[in-house]
Amino acid sequence: MRKRLTAPLLVLGLVVLPLAGLAAGVVAGRYAGLPGGQFKSVLRYEDAKNGVRIKPFALMRKPVTNADFLAFLKRHPEWRRDRVSSVFAESRYLSHWAGPDKLGPNALPDRPVVWVSWFAADAYCSWLGARLPTWNEWEYAAAADETHRDARQDPAWRERILGWYSRSSRDALPRVGMQAANAYGVHDLHGLVWEWTEDASSLMVDSDNRTQGDPDRGKFCGAGALSMDDRENYAVMMRVAMLSSLEGRDTTANMGFRCARSAP
Amino acid sequence: MTMLSMKHLLRGIAATVLLGFAGLACAAQPAPPLPGDSIYQLPLPLTDSQGQTLDWRALRGKPRLVSMFYTSCQYICPLIIESGKAVERQLTPAQQKRLGVLLVSMDPARDNPATLKKVVDQRKLDLTRWTLATPPANDVRSVAAVLGIRYRQLADGEFNHSSMLILVDANGRILARTEKIGTQPDPDFVAAVRKAVGG
Repeated sequence: MRKRLTAPLLVLGLVVLPLAGLAAGVVAGRYAGLPGGQFKSVLRYEDAKNGVRIKPFALMRKPVTNADFLAFLKRHPEWRRDRVSSVFAESRYLSHWAGPDKLGPNALPDRPVVWVSWFAADAYCSWLGARLPTWNEWEYAAAADETHRDARQDPAWRERILGWYSRSSRDALPRVGMQAANAYGVHDLHGLVWEWTEDASSLMVDSDNRTQGDPDRGKFCGAGALSMDDRENYAVMMRVAMLSSLEGRDTTANMGFRCARSAP
Repeated sequence: MTMLSMKHLLRGIAATVLLGFAGLACAAQPAPPLPGDSIYQLPLPLTDSQGQTLDWRALRGKPRLVSMFYTSCQYICPLIIESGKAVERQLTPAQQKRLGVLLVSMDPARDNPATLKKVVDQRKLDLTRWTLATPPANDVRSVAAVLGIRYRQLADGEFNHSSMLILVDANGRILARTEKIGTQPDPDFVAAVRKAVGG
């Protein structure tokens, strides 16, 4: 098993690193290569009951920081909070920064950027020639602990993650990369911020009970809203519920992001 | 340079600019800036059923019903088209002329001018009012996001998606939306459409 996984990893490393290096010197090493494979999501996909196929991809080792995002705004001032169109970002967008192009005490450079909309996160990743990870990619990467690629059945690990969710979100955010890397070399998937995914708007979890069993309403085409396969995995369920409740222009005090790249 | 020759120069420039734009002026009035909450803030090249590619800002100028669909969809998508027609039937012919309908495909891999045209012909859509168009694959998420439409592609190539009609004003601001799909339109939504197109 190990042997089969190492080969694609190596290939990915060889291909992704030069690509990343193109963007800027600092980008080299910013991504970890993930081999992908068959993955059982916590979501019940009626069309993929035996799991989804994740293609090899690269994921940023750490969430995007305030300093990273400021560098983007210097090149793309149309995304500053005083210039962005309201269709792309609500009024609280980057509201914790000292100014439109100034970080300040509530947004230290090495803290994850939050109060960012899906559109802004998407634009940042596009700027790097990257993209947001899909939900499946994010969940796959986040299933790992420090030593196992799939730690989801480990009760201790689940407890640890839930412990973070029970902490007050009023506390200041820690630096990115403070926590140990997971088995893929990716930090902070749990325990720091929530993260946008490219397909956040595909997570159609219908929370409105009144629409249940009313096909005439036709709210969802085809098989309808998603449901959960693993109701014990509360941490991931909360992520899904959060993402499915947000519109692309919404921002929150805990919602950040990181970028991904497909293996060429 | 004296003040006079400066004035001259400026006038010359102005004249040149005016001449340059004279040809365009008939086709398009100089558009006022878009409101910040306009869906047209998103740059979106759309290729329609006649094979013409234009940014959707070219659709500014009249209120429009907007939705997303895909041509190989068997069930709900034909209903979305029927819903658009049902709203139109609630209007006078003069009002119908003042309302556009835009259906954006969420399936650029399979939808092209030919498949779109097939739907136009089958459904007998009047192309002076209806636009069926495909965005580039990379833009589907963004257009769905500005419209507040959720979708997910299934393993078999079909899509799950929220079905709604969205009413935008001439500048692309969302005025109303309805999730009541079918031949009996939502009266509140129809009232909003009537108000948007005027008496």
